[in-house]
Amino acid sequence: MAQHAPAAAHAHDDHHDHKPHGWRRWVFATNHKDIGTMYLVFAGIMFFVGGLMAMVIRLELFKPGMQFVDPLLFNSMTTMHALFMIFGAVMPAWTGLANWQIPMQIGAPDMALPRLNNFSFWILPFASAILLLTLLVPGGGPAGGWTLYPPLALQTADAFPMTIFAIHLMGVSSILGSINVIVTIMNMRAPGLSLLRMPLFVWSWLITAYLLIAVMPVLAGAVTMLLTDHYFGTTFFTAAGGGDPVMYQHIFWFFGHPEVYILILPAFGVVSEIIPAFARKPIFGYEAMVYAIASIAFLSFIVWAHHMFTVGMPLAGQIFFMLSTMLIAIPTGVKVFNWSATMWKSSMTFEPPMLFALAFLFLFTIGGFSGLMLAIAPADFQYHDTYFVVAHFHYVLVPGAVFSILGAVYYWLPKWTSKMYDHKLAKVHFWLSAIFVNVLFFPQHFLGLAGMPRRIPDYATQFTDWNMVSSIGAFGFGLSQLLFPYIIWKCVRSGAPAPARAWEGAHGLEWELPSPLPYHTWETPPSAAVIARGAEH
Amino acid sequence: MANTHASADADKYYVPHSSQWPIVGSIALFTLMMGAISYLNEWGGSWVFLPGVALVIFMFVGWFGTVIGENQRGLYNLHVDRSFRMGMMWFIFSEVMFFAAFFGALFYARNLAVPWLGGQGVKIFNSIELWKGFEATWPTSGPGHVGGREDGSFDVIPAFGLPAINTAILLTSSLTVTIAHHALRQGKRNILTAFLAATFLLGFLFVYLQAHEYIEAYTELGLKLSTGIYGSTFFMLTGFHGLHVTIGAIMLTIIWLRVLKGHFTPQRHFAFEAVAWYWHFVDVVWLGLFIFVYWI
Amino acid sequence: MIRKALAPIAALAAVTSLFFSQGAHAESGWHLLNMRQGVTAISREIYSLHMLIFWVCVVIGIVVFSVMIWSIVTFRKSKGAVPDTTMVHNTKVEIIWTAIPVAILVAMAVPAAKTLVQIEDTRNTELTIKVTGFQWGWQYDYLENGVRFFSRLERKADAARQLGSGVDPNTIPNYLLDVDNPLVVPAGTKVRLLITAADVIHAWWVPDFGMKKDAIPGFVNEMWFNVDEDKTGIYRGQCTELCGRDHAFMPIVVDVRSKEDFQTWLKATAEAQKQAAAPQPAATAHAG
Ligand code: HEA
Ligand code: HEA
Ligand code: CUA
Ligand SMILES: [Cu+2]
Repeated sequence: MAQHAPAAAHAHDDHHDHKPHGWRRWVFATNHKDIGTMYLVFAGIMFFVGGLMAMVIRLELFKPGMQFVDPLLFNSMTTMHALFMIFGAVMPAWTGLANWQIPMQIGAPDMALPRLNNFSFWILPFASAILLLTLLVPGGGPAGGWTLYPPLALQTADAFPMTIFAIHLMGVSSILGSINVIVTIMNMRAPGLSLLRMPLFVWSWLITAYLLIAVMPVLAGAVTMLLTDHYFGTTFFTAAGGGDPVMYQHIFWFFGHPEVYILILPAFGVVSEIIPAFARKPIFGYEAMVYAIASIAFLSFIVWAHHMFTVGMPLAGQIFFMLSTMLIAIPTGVKVFNWSATMWKSSMTFEPPMLFALAFLFLFTIGGFSGLMLAIAPADFQYHDTYFVVAHFHYVLVPGAVFSILGAVYYWLPKWTSKMYDHKLAKVHFWLSAIFVNVLFFPQHFLGLAGMPRRIPDYATQFTDWNMVSSIGAFGFGLSQLLFPYIIWKCVRSGAPAPARAWEGAHGLEWELPSPLPYHTWETPPSAAVIARGAEH
Repeated sequence: MANTHASADADKYYVPHSSQWPIVGSIALFTLMMGAISYLNEWGGSWVFLPGVALVIFMFVGWFGTVIGENQRGLYNLHVDRSFRMGMMWFIFSEVMFFAAFFGALFYARNLAVPWLGGQGVKIFNSIELWKGFEATWPTSGPGHVGGREDGSFDVIPAFGLPAINTAILLTSSLTVTIAHHALRQGKRNILTAFLAATFLLGFLFVYLQAHEYIEAYTELGLKLSTGIYGSTFFMLTGFHGLHVTIGAIMLTIIWLRVLKGHFTPQRHFAFEAVAWYWHFVDVVWLGLFIFVYWI
Repeated sequence: MIRKALAPIAALAAVTSLFFSQGAHAESGWHLLNMRQGVTAISREIYSLHMLIFWVCVVIGIVVFSVMIWSIVTFRKSKGAVPDTTMVHNTKVEIIWTAIPVAILVAMAVPAAKTLVQIEDTRNTELTIKVTGFQWGWQYDYLENGVRFFSRLERKADAARQLGSGVDPNTIPNYLLDVDNPLVVPAGTKVRLLITAADVIHAWWVPDFGMKKDAIPGFVNEMWFNVDEDKTGIYRGQCTELCGRDHAFMPIVVDVRSKEDFQTWLKATAEAQKQAAAPQPAATAHAG
């Protein structure tokens, strides 16, 4: 069957249209799979760019004293590392996965608005180019932290408008991308596939897209105010004119907090796909999972000021934001417990996607715990702006978001390429990543508690030891990631053919499609029987 | 008209094969942004905007032209139509959130920042240590009396003058566009063209009056973009709104031209509805502005 | 079986608790693992909140991770485990594991809110000092006494921290944590700081006092601390809000003296500044 499918698919294609070839296929793409691939490749490149910047940070912090970079360059490495990782790597990776998977999982022929889809993608490389170019202009790159707090951010030289406009463009890209996702999910589901039969990855993206459309414009507004404060004499963030620098922080975090859930909700979705597949058992509490995601999304709008406990808010504000933040632990807990219950009385095997999902489960939970600690406002007076915070968010972002992206790629790669990758090598990649990521980030808890502030290029000598450990972990983690593109390259070049249902326990409409995949996905919607088979969660 | 050329089978969702417009659009945005960057960084004069603006216009004309063409050839079934509608709804939602950021700034400044600067609540030491004698009032250009006339003073535009007239104009235009919509659905073309024309004319009239108001603010009232927080919120909110009205009026004009060409049917007229929704959205934002910026 | 699965976790918990109970003042890096208890009532209260939430997380972690590890060890296909595919939800269990966290969080929130209320109680302060952050240092202004001075990174460290200075930071005592003019305050006194900034946002933090507050240009933030009577000595901290190129290089040093010593210092300094101010304003000659 695996041999006949490609020929059949081709004939079918040629009959319907001319599948574009060469560069046109990519530049003029309207096919969700091609666009998904471009997103993923782009995200991978940006992960390496942002990672290289992190390596500069860790290199400078290896020991006390200024060794390699000027403090301003250090600050711009920190700033751009975060911007590239968030807007360049993780968000586009999720959009890429959405592009690949959503049409396949809901029985749709493609994304609802294919041209817009291509537009969303192609804005990104240009935006990133603008951001990267800031390193070359007079005054260097943006160095005020990824949060761009005024008045400091207003001291940025020529990089200032470049950073702002790069963010605008990335915002436009993700808004358009999210519109497409929502419309696809709401309008393109195969007949009979009701909302509550959708795979959880689709659900998580539906809610993520909603969050994105709600908050990216707010970020755009915030940075627009920065721009006019800088160039056109407005005083949004200047006290003398009746404005307030803290106002920026409120607007920014109204975006920023939902943003961190934008980075993690699709991860929840992916983990909810992988664990049942390798546990050979339906997800436990499917509906509760859906409601949990929705509650997290709702709560994420009313907790933003937990990033600002030290700005001098009125007491009532501090208490409100502390309580609302703590509430998020409850729906998140429901998710963690449901995943655990899914594994209970199951029959597990430990292929690479499962390993990443399991590491996610443990390490994300640890990151969530430190988040809960940060939510305790009085304690946050001590934690705030120290490496404890850095440890927290890297636990949720790296073994959280990044691991689940890696897991997702290892899970669906056999479907995309119709070939199987080298499991042994992927397991090596996993174990190296899982060990080094802890060497890298766990000591940062200690550093923060001991009083090391974040965003500093040089530190007091008593912080030396743990910084060295952390840097060693960083180099180890970084180097281990080189395995990832190699494994993919090897798989595409010479992987053994994979069956249409690449994993024994995998359910979902994507596995009902033949391998190799036809160029167009569900040209005729799946039948009720196929849907029923696919929709066993 | 759409149905006469029907070629695609009715239940197949139309997926365009490939399209150059997205990449043209990306390059256009990039060029536009590079122009703005060059201008702001004084790497070049205001002419640096031209290539970007030209490309953006080229992109819009080309892209929408293609879509209209495909529509005329009957490639879009009702399923596609529904995607467009939902897409437009969510786009408008994103616009709402953009305005929300600026309304948020207005409320925050007015109800928190300015009173705090005047030493209220938790910030009593502001008025003792930093801004002695500053009294929190609204409107204000802040304790530093930033901008305004030579002496730092400024006046505001009273709500029940031109702004009230503008409110009436926009509300009327919302009504006319609705009448036009009903006419379209009932196939009454004359009413449709007349009321649609009235709508965009009212839109342009609004823009004209708003420009008039801006000139007065700048030349006589000392109310400028740089007049402290009042000027900042006033001009950013009304300015972005004015920009949206302008865009909306242009879109209405284009739709009107398409009506003249006979593009819409009583059943199928997504573009018309999209623009009408957009127009209502602009109208609602204006009501918010009228109440919170001009009136209260 | 259970014991076997739990053993590593128990060991881990034991080791961690050992780490976290290390002395608060050990100076060598390997021992700096936990938040310090500090020298004020508030800082101790914060410390105990921190430990409380920490142990809550540890306990929940042990429970959750035990279940996961147990499953991973037991329910393996290679061991012939057969999946129970009918187990798709259970309302009773789901209610329980929603309710228990709610209870825990409420139990956590109450003491935390109480501490917040205390922290925000600024009544009855005995000494007020205005603190102004600037790029890159601090200005201290004893409002009632006319004493006023700047505080910046100490010179030797400032030379050593330049890129490629060739100086080993380990040879410099209190590298990056020493200033030319420390803030001097009395012990056993409720000291109020009025914190603001001249240019960009900074943040004033001395970990031993348990409090951190942002210094925001154009706004005055209030914060207070009261160091135990018997805890005189030198306490160090740093600016904790990114404030540009030299953010890492604007430390804070507080010299806490007995009330009498403080009064002596204050009088002497006020006198000295008055004299210096007469011919030329030396103390305010900072080029800002
Ligand atoms: C993917 C990203 C992500 C995620 C998911 C989270 C999740 C959470 N975060 Fe985090 N956070 C960030 C990314 C993220 N964060 C980033 C990037 C920053 C720094 C930004 C910057 O300043 O640059 C930050 C900073 C940050 C702060 C500000 C710190 C400071 O600057 O002083 C706070 C404070 O409250 C916080 C809290 C939380 C909480 C309560 C959660 C919760 O959602 C966690 C909930 C999860 C659990 C609690 C674990 C599982 C639950 C159970 C097993 C149930 C039972 C548990 C209990 C009852 C305890 N985060
Ligand atoms: C999704 C988001 C994301 C991700 C994936 C990461 C990944 C990493 N982060 Fe980042 N980080 C942030 C988001 C993220 N971070 C944010 C939001 C901040 C706050 C910024 C601010 O304060 O404004 C931050 C800040 C931050 C700091 C604090 C800087 C400071 O306060 O000054 C540090 C320091 O250790 C750090 C380290 C790392 C490391 C080592 C990785 C590693 O996981 C990266 C590993 C990847 C690679 C290394 C690339 C692949 C490998 C190669 C290219 C091969 C070459 C390798 C070698 C030469 C070894 N990050
Ligand atoms: Cu001052 Cu950081
Ligand atoms: Cu947050």
